[in-house]
This record gives sequence, C-alpha cells and structure tokens, in this order.
Amino acid sequence: MIRDTALSSPRTNGTLIRIEHLTKVYKLGEIDVHALRGISINVSKGEFVAIMGASGSGKSTFMNILGCLDIPTKGSYILEGIDVGKLSRDELAMIRNKKIGFVFQGFNLLSRTSALENVELPLFYGATSTKVRKEKAIEALEKVGLGDRIHHYPNQLSGGQQQRVAIARSLVNNPSIVLADEPTGNLDSRTSVEVMGIFQELNNNGITIILITHEPDIADFAKRHIVFRDGKIRADKVNDRPKTASEVIKSMPVIDDEEDEVE
Amino acid sequence: MKMLNIVLSALRALQRNKMRSFLTMLGIIIGVAAVIAMLAIGQGAEYSVKEQIASLGTNVLMIFPGAQQQAGVRSGAGSATTLTEDDASAIIRECSAVQYISPGAFSGGQIIAGNLNWSTSIQGTGIDYLEIRQWPIEYGDFFTEQDVKAAAKVCILGRTVADNLFLDASPVDQTIRIRNVPFKVIGVLTKKGQNAMGQDQDDVILAPYTTVIRRLSHFPNLRYILVSATSLKEISTAQTQISELLRMRHKIQSYEADDFTIRNQTDLASTATETTQVLTILLASIASISLLVGGIGIMNIMLVSVTERTREIGIRMSIGARAKDILTQFLIEALVLSLLGGITGIILGVVGSTIISSIAKWPTFITAFSIILSFGFSIAIGIFFGFYPARKAAMLNPIDALRYE
Repeated sequence: MIRDTALSSPRTNGTLIRIEHLTKVYKLGEIDVHALRGISINVSKGEFVAIMGASGSGKSTFMNILGCLDIPTKGSYILEGIDVGKLSRDELAMIRNKKIGFVFQGFNLLSRTSALENVELPLFYGATSTKVRKEKAIEALEKVGLGDRIHHYPNQLSGGQQQRVAIARSLVNNPSIVLADEPTGNLDSRTSVEVMGIFQELNNNGITIILITHEPDIADFAKRHIVFRDGKIRADKVNDRPKTASEVIKSMPVIDDEEDEVE
Repeated sequence: MKMLNIVLSALRALQRNKMRSFLTMLGIIIGVAAVIAMLAIGQGAEYSVKEQIASLGTNVLMIFPGAQQQAGVRSGAGSATTLTEDDASAIIRECSAVQYISPGAFSGGQIIAGNLNWSTSIQGTGIDYLEIRQWPIEYGDFFTEQDVKAAAKVCILGRTVADNLFLDASPVDQTIRIRNVPFKVIGVLTKKGQNAMGQDQDDVILAPYTTVIRRLSHFPNLRYILVSATSLKEISTAQTQISELLRMRHKIQSYEADDFTIRNQTDLASTATETTQVLTILLASIASISLLVGGIGIMNIMLVSVTERTREIGIRMSIGARAKDILTQFLIEALVLSLLGGITGIILGVVGSTIISSIAKWPTFITAFSIILSFGFSIAIGIFFGFYPARKAAMLNPIDALRYE
C-alpha cells in the first residue's frame, strides 16, 4: 500500500495542523471572490478549538479546506506532516477517511439505514473485515451512549440521538481531528449542551476537536477561540475558563424528556 | 470497499425504493422475456414448418417415367421408357438409401354411394404409401400386401370424400361404386388439409395400385413411383442409387439421357426454413428494441437516483469514498437492477413460452443460446446505461453534494 506510507505521519512534535498564508479565491463568473485572505494558524494535538464568525466570514471555506473537501488557492496546509495541497482527489478521500471525522449541522446520516450501518460506513472505504467493522461501530456508538439503539433508523431517533450517531461515525476510524460544523445548529438548547458534553468528554480523552459555530454560548465550551471576519483571523485567544457541559445541564430547567421524543 | 459489500449495499439501496426498482426492472424483465419468448416461438415455428415439410415428404422422391422435356426424341422404344412394377421392386430391393416405396397409378371418375355421388381422383398406391406421406388412418384399416397381390376392390377415403359421400355416417364397410366397379370402404384418412398449391389433399380415394391398374385405368405401367429415403441426408444418395439402377435396368447407354425423372422437395424445405429463420430474427429484433427501451429506463432512474441522492454521495465522499467507490456503487446498482431484471425476465420468458405452447398448441424451443444472449444483453445494458449516471455521481464535487438540498 503505497498510499498508506504516503499518509504515515512524520514526527510533528505535537503540532497537528500547520496552516501558513492560506488563501482561497473562488471565481464567480468574471468576479474573483476572496473567501480567505491569508490565514496562518497551528493546532496542536488535544486542543478543542472553536472557530467563530458571522456568515460570509470565510469560516465555512476554512472548514472545507481543513476537512480536505477543498484545496487552498495559495498557502500550505500540513496535516500531521502531510502537505494536503499536493494530494490528488483520491488521496484527499483517503485523508478524509483515516484522519478526519465530520459532524455536520444537519447530521447527514443516510436515511433508511440503521445507526450501526451509518457508523460502519467510513470503515467500508477502508480495508476492514466485517467482524472488526461491526465491533468498532458498536464501540463508537457505546462511547456516545447509544449502545442500546444500534438498530434504530434515523427517523426513529431524536435530533440529539441522530447527532450522536453522527459523532460515533466521525470517531469510528480513530481520526486525528473531529471537525464539527455547527453541530448544535438544529438542536434545542438542552440537547446542544448534551452534545457539547460529548465533545468535551472526547476531548478529555485526547481527541482534537475543531468546532465551527456562530453561537458564543456554544463556543464557550471550547478551550480556544478563533474569530474570523472577512476572510481573516480577527482574534485567536485561549478560553481560560471553558464552561463544563455537565455543570451547565444541572443549572438548566427540565422542559421535556427529550430523549424519548421522536422528531 | 469490497465487492461483496458494494453489491450488498446496492441491493439495500434498491430495496429502499422497492416500487421504483421494480418498475425500472420491469422494462428489462419485459424486454428479456420478450426476447426469450420470441426466440422460442420463432424456433418453434421453424420446427413446425420443418415438421410440416417433412410430412409433405422432404425425404420423398418421385420417379416419373419418360424424360418429359424430350417429347419427340424418345431414345428407347416401347416399354423400356416407362416404369414397371419390377422397377419398383428392384428399387426397394437394391437401393440401400430407400426406406419405403409405393408404386403409383391413378384414375378418376364419378363415385356413387347410395344416393350421393362425388367426383374425385383415385390414387393407386402401395402398402407403404401412408408411411411415406406420414398420413395416419383416422379409423378403419389400410389395405394389406394380400389386397395388393389380389387386386382387391377395397379403398380408403380421404376426409373430404367421406364427408361428401357419407355425411355423418361411418363409411367403413360400406360399398361405393367407382366407375361402376364396387369397392368396399375399409378406412378413412385423417384430415390433411391443403397442400402448398392450395389443393385439397383430402379429396382423394386410395386403393391398391394393382386394383387401379387392372380394374379402373387399364394402363399397364406405373404413373410414378413414390420413394422415401432413410433420412433427409440420404436423399441424394437414394437419388443416385435409383438413377443408376434404373439406367441399368432400362439399358441406357452412358451417352443417352435418362428415360425417367426423379424429383425431390429439398428446395421447398430450404426455402421454408429460411423464411422461418428470417421470421425468428425479425421477432427477436423487435423484442430487442423493448430491451433497449428497458435500458433507457434504467439510465433514467439512475439519473434521478443520482440527483436525489446527491446528499448521500456528498456524505459518502466526506467520510472517505473515492470517485471510484461512488462510480462502482452506482454502476453496481444499475447492474444489479438489470441482472435481477434479466433473471426474472428469463424465468418469465421460459414460463411464458411454456404457457404459449400449451395454450396455442404451438411448439416453443428455449435454447441455451437465447438465454445466454438475453442474459449477456441485460448485463451489457446495465453497464452501458448505468455508466453515465454513475460517472455523473462520481464527478460530483463533495462540497456541492453535501450542501445539495
């Protein structure tokens, strides 16, 4: 497997992501749209970063590049020592499969496909045996507290549960980073906090999480805030006192037994 | 992604849209079933035409006396130019490729039975005539060797004659008068219908040729000899053997022309076979068009499916599916559709042809060739019409696909 050796990581001294002078220009007909105008950041292993900004600030473009769904126009993006800008379409797919776990706002689960099969999906694209695949998927679902609902279909699960399936799916391949794009955008406030609790727990276990959000409340759970505006980084600061989800939950009034409610 | 997994997930994807998958497959099912049934019917037609021609007697030779085209230039004199009973017995004795022989004589006239009468021809034949013509007796008996030797006044009626002279009554054991000679009716032939020329073959009376010669026509020699070869392939051998034998018996010198003519019906047989083959090809090509239309149906549905599942494609790409994986997935889905359709179509075609042959009493033949052909055709259609939609899916930009609403 040549590709595996190509993806094997040189020593990076704890630096997971190194981004330098990153720009992205879209061509909309005759007009050039500058979505990113020179971004440079480093993210180390084990960080919990919230990327914030209004719509049009370039955070979604940045997220796409981070997630290897898109490639930069200029500048370099080095993920675990691999220069992503030089990879082919298929190699990018391999990186997405092995090193990145996605969690989306709209959950993006395959409908009419059980939770277990949804979580197994990333393993389909690697060389995993059926048995190992199932074990890993169940393990991931147990991690997010859905061990008893592995055979449920997305339409039988609440929004919060669906997002947990999505988180399990993002974890199943032991990725280097979990990229969460507005993961709480479709959830009520209590469920949002619960989902953030899961992220915090994962982060405590050493998983690097990059969260994209425009809600300051949600960003407060992260350890580092990066604020985008007009394609540039406006602020990059450490959150000294991140909120803890378990504590926030205690202070919230119980409205409904959301877990059993099917959306 | 392993092949088995892809096939399984393709099956699952099709299962999610059962109705649509079924309707899509229906195109292929009908197409394949039509091809199979049409080929089966065509081949059945070919067979039954062959059968009918064989019953006309494709392995039959007719030997006529005299070189008919050389009216004024007869070579031999007197009886040497005509066929005799001895010629007939020599042929059956010495020609190995000859299976049956029937010396022929004929007469005609008004037949009277009770108060009814009818005009028809009387064929004098040998005892193997019915074997050669493959013409069974409906009821009663045929005459025997004994009747031939004794020139017995017995006869067998064709269906038309029996209907006209006896209406609904049984003619067997009744007496009819042929040119005032009384004949005992001993049997009735089955209905044979018209021949290729449109003549009613059932409008005939059969009697021993000896009887016809001695009691009716008083023409001493044979009008013709009917011979059947041991098989269709042996026709030309039989023809050569008979020709050599007759030349020798008639003492014809090598420079002299035959004083007899041998005719066969192989031309008719091959023309008819060709005709039915053309018919088979025609039927199969019409059926193939429906298969093609079925293929377009698959392409259509796969295109709809790609558009509808753009988001799914985006999700799959975001979690690591390569363009190749997506291409394979959709191609396999199209292939599974067309294969399932193909197999169902084959089963339906086989069952359909069986039903057709039992209801329409029409022989149908399902050959391995037609099954392999339609199976291969449906695979080819799956790949051909599945490729474009699959490629379209694989070429999607993951970001656009993910954002697709």
